[in-house]
Amino acid sequence: MTSPLPGEPQDWWSRHPAVVRGKRRLEALTSLWRRSLQLRVATTATVASAVIVLIIGVFLVDQVAGGILRAKRDAAISQARVGLQSAQTVLGGVDAGVVADVADAQQQIISSLTASGTSAGLFSIAIESSTVSNTPSTVTIPKGLRQKVQQNALAWQYAPVPAPVGPSGEVERSVRGLIVGEAVHARTGLFELYYLFPLTAEQQTIALLQRTVWLSGAGLVLLIVGISLLITRQVVRPVRVAARTAGRLAAGDLSQRIQVRGSDDLARLGRSFNDMAGSLQRQIKRLEDLSRLQQRFTSDVSHELRTPLTTIRMASELLLAYRDEFPRELARSVELLHTELDRFESLLADLLEISRYDAGAAKLDSETADMRGVVAQAVQANEVLAKRHGSELLVEQPEVPVLVDMDSRRVERVLRNLIGNALDHGEGRPVEISIGSDEDAVAVTVRDHGVGLRPGEAGLVFNRFWRGDTSRSRLTGGTGLGLAISLEDARLHDGWLQAWGQRGHGAQFRLTLPRRAGHTLLASPLPLTPLDEED
Amino acid sequence: MWGVKPRVLVVDDDSALSEMLGIVLRNDGFEPAFVADGSRALAAFKEVKPDIVLLDLMLPGMSGIDVCRGIRAESGTPIIMLTAKGDTTDVVLGLESGADDYVVKPFKPRELVARMRARLRQHDEFVGETLTIGPPDSPVHIDVAGHQVSRDGQAVSLTPLEFDLLVALARKPRQVFTREVLLEQVWGYRHAADTRLVNVHVQRLRSKVERDPEKPEVVLTVRGVGYKAGPA
Repeated sequence: MTSPLPGEPQDWWSRHPAVVRGKRRLEALTSLWRRSLQLRVATTATVASAVIVLIIGVFLVDQVAGGILRAKRDAAISQARVGLQSAQTVLGGVDAGVVADVADAQQQIISSLTASGTSAGLFSIAIESSTVSNTPSTVTIPKGLRQKVQQNALAWQYAPVPAPVGPSGEVERSVRGLIVGEAVHARTGLFELYYLFPLTAEQQTIALLQRTVWLSGAGLVLLIVGISLLITRQVVRPVRVAARTAGRLAAGDLSQRIQVRGSDDLARLGRSFNDMAGSLQRQIKRLEDLSRLQQRFTSDVSHELRTPLTTIRMASELLLAYRDEFPRELARSVELLHTELDRFESLLADLLEISRYDAGAAKLDSETADMRGVVAQAVQANEVLAKRHGSELLVEQPEVPVLVDMDSRRVERVLRNLIGNALDHGEGRPVEISIGSDEDAVAVTVRDHGVGLRPGEAGLVFNRFWRGDTSRSRLTGGTGLGLAISLEDARLHDGWLQAWGQRGHGAQFRLTLPRRAGHTLLASPLPLTPLDEED
Repeated sequence: MWGVKPRVLVVDDDSALSEMLGIVLRNDGFEPAFVADGSRALAAFKEVKPDIVLLDLMLPGMSGIDVCRGIRAESGTPIIMLTAKGDTTDVVLGLESGADDYVVKPFKPRELVARMRARLRQHDEFVGETLTIGPPDSPVHIDVAGHQVSRDGQAVSLTPLEFDLLVALARKPRQVFTREVLLEQVWGYRHAADTRLVNVHVQRLRSKVERDPEKPEVVLTVRGVGYKAGPA
C-alpha cells in the first residue's frame, strides 16, 4: 500500500462511486431548485404553512387540554368541599387511633360520598391518618400533597391513580389522575381524606383532539401545497410562454407574439410584451427601410454623378491628347484639370464605397485563394509608385500556397493601399511585406522605415480624413479614406487591421484574416511590433 | 487594320455622354449609332446590325438588363455594359444576363476602346484546327475556324466570348489557368481586374456544354487556383 502522493487530495472518499452519485444527485437537485420557480414556491409554501399549522396546533391543543383539566379540577375541588361536610360528621366521633372504627367510618364516607354522585365523575377515596392507611397498594399519595393536607389545607396534585374497575373486573393498574386531598378533624387526631379522580376520559378527549388537530393540520398543509402548485402553474405557464417567445424574437423571428386571453395581470404582461415586440418590429422595419433608402440614394448618387463625370473625363482626355497644340497656360490648365479630375474621381469612389459600408450594403464575394498571389498583385500595382519614390519593395513569403477564404478584390485593395501608404511615408527606404500563417489565420505585415507615428497616432490613422504630418510627401494624392475603407474591408472578413508606429522608427501595418470564413480570430501569426523594434 | 469601320450601337440616355462617346469613338475609327430609349434599343439593334454594343444599365423605357437579354436571345454580338454601379449584385446580374464585359463609369476613353478592341479582335486561327476535350464517352468537339462547337452530335451555340474562353482552355488541356491569365487571354486585360467576369462566364459556358453544370466534366475548377479543361 502506497501512501498518497503529496498534493493528492486527502478526501479519497469524495471519489467513492456512491459519494459521486450522491453529489451528482445533489447537483441535479440544486440545478432544478434554481431553475424551477414552481418548485421553489411550492417548497416555501409547504415550509411556511407547516410552521404555522404547527404553532396553531400546539396552541390549540394546549388551550383546550388546559381548559378540560381546569374544569375537571374545579369540579373535583367542589366535590371535595361538599364531601367535607359528611366526612366531618362521620369522622367527628371516631378516634383516629382505633383501626376498626376508622374502617367503619371509611365505609360510611365512601357510600355517602359516592352516592351523592356529582359532575366531577367517578372517583375513589383514600383515607390516611397518622395511624391508619387504607390507600390501595397501587396508589402512592405524593409526599408534597400529604404535607399540605396535614397542614389543614385543601390541596390537589396530578398523580397516577388506580383505573376505575369496569364491570368485567380488570386487573388493577395505574392511570393518570388527579388527587384532591383535605383534612378532616376526628375526635382525636386528623384524618386525611383523598379523592382519586382518574383522568382517563379527559386524556381520551385530549388525545382525540390532538389527533384531530394534527390530521387536519397535515391535510391543510397538503392542501396549501396543492393550491400553491396550482397557482404557480397558472403564473409560471404564461411566464414560460413569454420567455420562449422572447427567445424566438431575440433569434430574429420578429413576427412572434403571445396568445393573450382574459384581462388579468398576466394577460396585461402578454399584451405589453406583444406591444413591445410590435414596437421593436416597427423600429427595425423603419431602420431597414432607412437603410434601403440610403442604399438606393447611394446607388442613385453614384449613377447621377458618374455619368457627367464620365463625359468630363472623356473631354479632358481629348483635350490632354491635343495639349501640345495649345498655348502654355492652356496646356497647363488642361493638365491640372486632368489630375484634379483623377483626385475627384477617387474621392468620389471612396466616398461611395464607405457609404456602402455605412448602409451595410457591402457584401463579401469570398472564395479560397492564395494570399501570395494577392500580395503579388498589390505589389505589382505599386511598382510605378515605388520607382517614383526610389523605394524597394521586399516580399518575404512561404514557399507553399497560403490559402484563405477571402474576397481577393477587397484584400488586394487593402494591401495596395497599405503598400501605397508605406511608400508615401517610407522616405525612399525599403518597404518590407511579410506573409505569415498558422492553422487558423493568415497575416500580412507592411513595414516602412520612414518618420513613423507619434504616440497615440496608431489608433487615429484609421479615422476618416485623418491626416498625420501634413508636410509628408504624397504622390498618391490619397483621399483620406483609404485606411478607413481598409479597416471596413478587414472587418467584413472578420479580420483585424492594426497599426504600430514609433517616431523615427517607421510604421508597420498588420492585416490578419481567418483562414475559414466566419472563424473567430484569437491570435495573429505575425507580431504587430516588428521583431527588430522589440526592447 | 479594319476593312470596314466596326459599327457600334451606343445605348445610353445621357445625351452629353452619348455625344462625347461619339467623338471619341469616331476618333478611334468606329462608326457609332445611338439610341437613348431602352424600349427602342432592340429595334435599333436589328436595324444597325452593330459589331458591338455599348449598353448603359439604367435606361428609361426598358432596363439595360432586359435589353441585354433581348439581344442575347437572338445574337452573340459582344455587349459591354457601361455601369455606374460597382455593386456586386448589379455587375453579376448584368454579366449573367449575357453581357461580355463591363466598364465602370467614369471610365477612361482609352480603357473603353481597349475593351472594345479585345472583344472585336480576330484570333489567329489555323485552318482546320479542331480541338476535343471532355469525358471520352461524350467529348466536346471544337471547330476553331468554323466557330462550331458540338457535343454528342448536337451543335452547341456559344457567344464569341464563351467560344474564346472554351478555346483558350481547350488549346492547353492539361494546363491550369488562373482567373488573371484568362482575363488577359480572353478579355484582353493587362492589369488585374474583376475575376467575377471569369466566374460568371465559366458558369454560362458550363450551362451550355456540361451535361450537369453542378458536376462539370469539361471545364473543371481547380480549387484555390483557377480552371482547366477536362481530359479528352
